[in-house]
Amino acid sequence: MSTKEGTRPTAPQAPGRRDKPAPVVHKFVELIPSGTKVDFVGMRGRMLVFSWALILASLAFTHFVRGGLRLGIDFAGGTMVHVKFAERTSIGDIRAALSKPELGEVIVQDVGRDSREFQIRLLGGEGGQGATSVAAAIKKGLQEKFGEGTYDVLRVETVGPKVGKDLWWDAFWAVLFATVVMGVYIAFRFEVRFGIGAAIALVHDVLLTLGALGVFQMEFDLTTVAALLTVVGYSVHDTVIVSDRIRENMRKMRRDTLATIMNLSINETLSRTLITSGTAILVTLVLFLFGGSVIHSFAFTLLVGFIVGTYSSIYVASPVVLYLEGRTRARR
Amino acid sequence: MNRSILTRLLLFAGLALATVVVLLPTFVHSLPRWWPWRQPVRLGLDLQGGTHLLYHVDIDQAVDNVVDRDMQDLENELRQAQIGATDVSRDGHTVRIKLANKDKRRDVEDLVRERIPTLVPAQNPDVEAADLTYTIDPKEERRVRDNVVDQALKIIRNRIDQFGVAEPTVVAQGSDEIVVQLPGIQDPQRAKDLIGKTAVLEFKLLAANGQGGSLEHPAPGYQALPGKGEGGRRTTYLVEKRVLMTGDMVKNATIAPASQTEGMAVEFELDARGAAKFGEVTTQNVGRNLAIVLDGVVESAPTIREPIRGGHGQITGRFDFAEAQDLANVLRNGALPAPLKLEEERSVGPSLGKDSINKGVLSFALGTGAVILFMVLYYRGGGLIADMALVLNVFFLVGALAALGATLSLPGIAGIVLTVGMAVDANVLILERIREELRLGKSVRAAVDAGYDRAWHAIRDSNLTTALSGVILFFFGTGPIAGFAVTLLLGIASSLLTGFVGTRIVYDILMARRRLTTVSV
Repeated sequence: MSTKEGTRPTAPQAPGRRDKPAPVVHKFVELIPSGTKVDFVGMRGRMLVFSWALILASLAFTHFVRGGLRLGIDFAGGTMVHVKFAERTSIGDIRAALSKPELGEVIVQDVGRDSREFQIRLLGGEGGQGATSVAAAIKKGLQEKFGEGTYDVLRVETVGPKVGKDLWWDAFWAVLFATVVMGVYIAFRFEVRFGIGAAIALVHDVLLTLGALGVFQMEFDLTTVAALLTVVGYSVHDTVIVSDRIRENMRKMRRDTLATIMNLSINETLSRTLITSGTAILVTLVLFLFGGSVIHSFAFTLLVGFIVGTYSSIYVASPVVLYLEGRTRARR
Repeated sequence: MNRSILTRLLLFAGLALATVVVLLPTFVHSLPRWWPWRQPVRLGLDLQGGTHLLYHVDIDQAVDNVVDRDMQDLENELRQAQIGATDVSRDGHTVRIKLANKDKRRDVEDLVRERIPTLVPAQNPDVEAADLTYTIDPKEERRVRDNVVDQALKIIRNRIDQFGVAEPTVVAQGSDEIVVQLPGIQDPQRAKDLIGKTAVLEFKLLAANGQGGSLEHPAPGYQALPGKGEGGRRTTYLVEKRVLMTGDMVKNATIAPASQTEGMAVEFELDARGAAKFGEVTTQNVGRNLAIVLDGVVESAPTIREPIRGGHGQITGRFDFAEAQDLANVLRNGALPAPLKLEEERSVGPSLGKDSINKGVLSFALGTGAVILFMVLYYRGGGLIADMALVLNVFFLVGALAALGATLSLPGIAGIVLTVGMAVDANVLILERIREELRLGKSVRAAVDAGYDRAWHAIRDSNLTTALSGVILFFFGTGPIAGFAVTLLLGIASSLLTGFVGTRIVYDILMARRRLTTVSV
């Protein structure tokens, strides 16, 4: 994080205020100098292309590229054994230990940074007692190959296929429901077109975050869904701040076009947007780097989601509102 | 100092005191007796290590079991009343009785009405036929369905209590699921065997020599049942289908050294009704073999040498100590009303739990430190005030979690870290706004007032939407995810309280003393 150190004088005082006694010149540390005027709205055409490109790439990566989204056992059903070896161990050795007829195709993934921590997964298969024996077979295979005491079984998880399917739909409906509720809330609190803009921005955020999960082959499981819902909440949070300022400026500047008002509002809130997003992204980055393998995909989802959410409240939500404005004018 | 400031200060002091009271038991173990709060913050299974099991209760099967039991009672009643029935069979919830003589129809109807009131005639009775069909009373079915999960919960709780796990959790989830959490248990095989065992104990007679057909083709009224495997070889037994008595009459069960074979045996004691029945059954069948069947597996089949009247019996099956202990346990606590299917199992070792706590604390310290540093560098005095609010925020948040008895899990810690990152937003909004107002040339007091006033709309609406997503998350998720949602929601509340209300007090105090011409924001 780089802050612009040193102080700068404030922007010139607004005219009409000069008659006040002894104007105080305030000095602030500023990341974004006040009076910054970036033409965000003017860039919306290019950003539309950019967003669509990312959305299409995300759809590709969640569906067919590299096997699509990597479902964890929460959704796919199956067994996961998380082990930590005392010594460095190769994935090949672990695979060899587990190539047995009673075990199907085993996925071994290095989740630490030093080739000692691995997650061994076997997706699908019947649930209940059958899947429990899968965990037992994996443990037995490891014991035969590496010997007792050379590794530590950190976690064992088994989820039956029925539970997995139920959870998948629960997650789907939860995210969809959250998106719709947010849109309705904004429509009610501001205007209908703002609600539509926010909802579209949310769909955009969810798709892009899922895409990133696909690209980096991060696991999609229950905690990832929790992170996704948090992203939804956060992204709307951001959109609300910008929309609130637009509403305020619409009251003040009745003669200006919506595009001008929007540009001004985004610029005025830019500093806040970057700082809050910055601190939020900072802590998720810390979680991602130091939180350990258990919440790796959780932190990753938050990290990507927050970045995308910040981007979308500027480049997706507002342009959609503008587009809708253009449509209603054209119809009149 | 004016009264409004004093009131707010007192409110915060009160909250801070309450938080100290609630949090101290987590860190200090030997607190004086009068200390009003004893419960430390509870750690989730992912932090302290343990096993989480999710069972599906087969409720349909429970209803089937009731119909089965009714059918057996019916057969016994018919036998005692000496009404000849050629066949009594069950198809779904329907029991069909084929009578040898259709004149007995009325007798059967009276008998069922009087002795087995949970069966009601099925629709469209054909008065002329020799067949009678009965079905389970819808009211009884309702009652069974409503009670199955509760009964199962109670039985599992008893079994686990006697198994000996510190602070287990056994709760229903949804309409037909049971969650069992066993802290500190890493290899749950024995616990799983214990919980998942339906434990229906039945006494049946082994087929007398030369009767009952063959093992492959049992004669009507007979069935082949597997025996307990011993050294890889499994015996199959040919037994009469008729159930002489069931385990629900077991009053107590204890373990004892087996007399002849090695290993342990389980001694059971029947209640008065059971003892009478057992006496009767053994008297009638001296010399024959009594098969003791647990969940469809013949545990042992001793010969009845003499009538057993005291109501005491022994099951020998070459059990090891643990097996015998668990068998006695399930017999004491009774059979589950329906079979359980293990749907989900998650276990976390203690080393991972400790590791997770360390990493969570490290992330928290680094994240909070970075945010605090940034705020004070960027906003100076205003940042310092915001940082004080931030520290108080975390303090209140953890206190609220402790007061609610919420369980702290790894996603929960992540939620706290996240709250730190997002809580400064209220202050960033306010401070940015104050800067804007100052730039317009307003006085400090006016700028601070306007900053808080104008920022409030944005703060309220944005936090409401985040809270809304937290509520949805809470209803969607279970366990750690619900915990994360609770942390997020409490975090929003406490960050509003500290970041908006709390920081304002500081400005009010600063401005009450003297007329400020400049403020460091």
